Amino acid sequence: MPLRRWWDRAQAVAGAPGVRGLRADREEWLLAARDVAASGGALQALWVSVASGAVLQTTVCGAYLTDRGVLVIELALPAGGDPDYPGLQGIFPAASRLQRAASDLSGARSSDPDTRPWLSHARPYEFIRVDGEGVHEIAVGPVHAGTIEPGHFRFSVVGEKVLRLEERFGYVHKGLERRFTELPILQGHRLAARVSGDSAVAFSWAYCQALEGMSGCAVPRRAAWLRGACLELERLANHLGDLGALGNDAGFAFGLAQFSRLKEDLLRAVAAAFGRRYLFDTVVPGGTAVDLPAEAARALTEAVRAVCIETAELRGIYEEHEGVRDRFTGTGRLQPDLAARLGVLGLAGRASGQARDARVDLPCAPYTEVPVAKVVQQGGDVAARVAVRFEEAQEAGRLLERLLSKLPEGGHTATVDTPADGAFGVGLIEGWRGPVLVALQAGPEGSIRRCHPHDPSWQNWPALEYAILGNIVPDFPLINKSFNLSYSGADL
Amino acid sequence: MKAIDWITQVLEMAVALAAAPAFLGWLNQCRAWLQNRRAPSLWLPYRNLRKLFHKEAVIAENASPLFRVAPYVVFGTMVLAAGIIPSMGTRLPLVVSADAIALVGLFAAARMFMTLAAMDVGTAFGTLGARREMMVGFLAEPALLMVIFVASLISSSTALPVITGHLASGHLGLSPSLAFSAVAFILVLLAENARIPVDNPATHLELTMIHEAMVLEYSARHLALMEWAAQLKLFNYVCIGFALFFPWGVAVGRFGPEQLLVAIPALAVKLAAAGFALALIETISAKMRVMRIPEFLGTAFLFAVLGLLVHVLLRA
Repeated sequence: MPLRRWWDRAQAVAGAPGVRGLRADREEWLLAARDVAASGGALQALWVSVASGAVLQTTVCGAYLTDRGVLVIELALPAGGDPDYPGLQGIFPAASRLQRAASDLSGARSSDPDTRPWLSHARPYEFIRVDGEGVHEIAVGPVHAGTIEPGHFRFSVVGEKVLRLEERFGYVHKGLERRFTELPILQGHRLAARVSGDSAVAFSWAYCQALEGMSGCAVPRRAAWLRGACLELERLANHLGDLGALGNDAGFAFGLAQFSRLKEDLLRAVAAAFGRRYLFDTVVPGGTAVDLPAEAARALTEAVRAVCIETAELRGIYEEHEGVRDRFTGTGRLQPDLAARLGVLGLAGRASGQARDARVDLPCAPYTEVPVAKVVQQGGDVAARVAVRFEEAQEAGRLLERLLSKLPEGGHTATVDTPADGAFGVGLIEGWRGPVLVALQAGPEGSIRRCHPHDPSWQNWPALEYAILGNIVPDFPLINKSFNLSYSGADL
Repeated sequence: MKAIDWITQVLEMAVALAAAPAFLGWLNQCRAWLQNRRAPSLWLPYRNLRKLFHKEAVIAENASPLFRVAPYVVFGTMVLAAGIIPSMGTRLPLVVSADAIALVGLFAAARMFMTLAAMDVGTAFGTLGARREMMVGFLAEPALLMVIFVASLISSSTALPVITGHLASGHLGLSPSLAFSAVAFILVLLAENARIPVDNPATHLELTMIHEAMVLEYSARHLALMEWAAQLKLFNYVCIGFALFFPWGVAVGRFGPEQLLVAIPALAVKLAAAGFALALIETISAKMRVMRIPEFLGTAFLFAVLGLLVHVLLRA
């Protein structure tokens, strides 16, 4: 096994279970990437960190999802290299945007041919043109007719048929990584929760996981179970919202009305239990911000049960409605082999046969004690992504029932010590959209030297460009919604 | 021509102008109730129109005079159409100027101005909407003509008041040929008025729009006229449906004021029922793919032809 030599050489990294790291040189950087790809692994994240000190040290890091665990490979870049490091685009297509974004943020460039900016809008951007008779372009966004996040989509179409779609993002770049370095490391979870607001629990938990690993803090069992409950509540709420929106985009407003009501019922129950509708700042370093009394846990379980029963009924309506089924089936198909090639992660990946779920593959507490059933579909179309959502919503309901009814006794917080200068940790949590990774490096006196939050949208946005091919223009909103990717999370 | 005829004529157009927004408001109310939502006010379309008339109009720099003229033409056409559809009485002075075929032509003229104006500014969405609208139009118009021909054959005239008068004096109940035509007409009505399952009037997704995409560049009084015209078009279509298939309550022959007094509440009741029926259709169906529209309107045409065949072959 070629991958094994890298895995055996790597040292354990603090934070999430099953993470190992190693330093590589330029040749090894490419070799390791090829070996990971050959063993069926995927690129989880790629970032560049610049350590300011006596000597300016730039390091490029790649995190790979393999069947053994997460492998983090670091490559220290010599000053003045041109290009600075070998690009991975040929091995992992998703690397292209990550490398271009890293170049915009740090100046370190890869050897790959596409050197257009990604996050930066300072330089002009050239879209790839499609030539041919009757081909014309439709430019949509960044300002849309509805209240959604900004992103630009350039369609090349013939009649109603889409020949090519090119995305352009970066409109909500907020300088998150820079802002992290200005915060005390024990406060960073609050910013992490706001990287992408719909994944607040996933990001803040991943951040806390990295931090707690670095400072050697043992999270109380009760806190881990509460965190699991929060994560599943977030998953359930987002799936309900998406299912309603998907019905609405198919012109079936009944679905939107029903699922909006269910989501609101759930959010109110969550607010009554935790004091927050969207669970911002519930996961804090060392545990959770609030405890859940037995009475509140029972009320929450009741609410979740009611929501799940109604969701199952609505699934029947969605599946039996001829018009809805016609719109969902076969639309925006992403074949499993293409999904594997593109390294599609999370929910969209599982709808295209990519059976990865960090809760099952690399379980942390409480998932070590409460096993999760992986939901995988092979269809790859909108209907498959809808089916994954329905089944994961039911699974979340089942997990919540167990987590809330058997909450372990004990405290819900532990003290977290400030990690040592230079300590490094990685957090990996399966959020509702997919695996969320936070790479955290401590600075002196409780500061953050570097923090990179990574949303799975990075990998999945390029897949959308393929899923739309051969479909008609008016089906794009439906396909886009079936992926429901984050703009904020990928614009950093 | 008696004074009562002119009163009927003016009354019909005034009622159409005044009631068209309320009909849309009622339709939206029914839709909201059927979807378990709290309904918006019946008067919301009026408030919206008032708001738009009070706003300052913004027009694209490269817009030609056609873009400014189109809303007035489209609106004027719809008001004129309201004048020749016998919604309350059949003795209408304006009717001598236009029959049912001319009415279809009036709608086509409005469509032509609307699509030209949509393409005038040169945005991608306007052109997209105009293109789809023309596709809907050239499939819906033959079906609508077919529907009218069935009724014309039965009453031996293409003038709507004559058709209505003939059908209203007949027996209560639809003949088989008219029943087929009625199904065809409902399909055409849904397509022509940008209702679900052909278009979604409530959507904010610019890529899926048909009618909305064409009026995206309009604002203030121009948008108000376009929206009012769309409401009038829906009202007119529903009234054509009444005239052809449910002419009960319409004052026919040599009528006096008392028949007209009956016609007004009869129209209100029919409108309320039609609004609920439309809302029901829209609630239980999803929007179909644009590529399915030819199939949908082809079905409408087929039903209309079946109606014709039933009439010719079975004399029914």
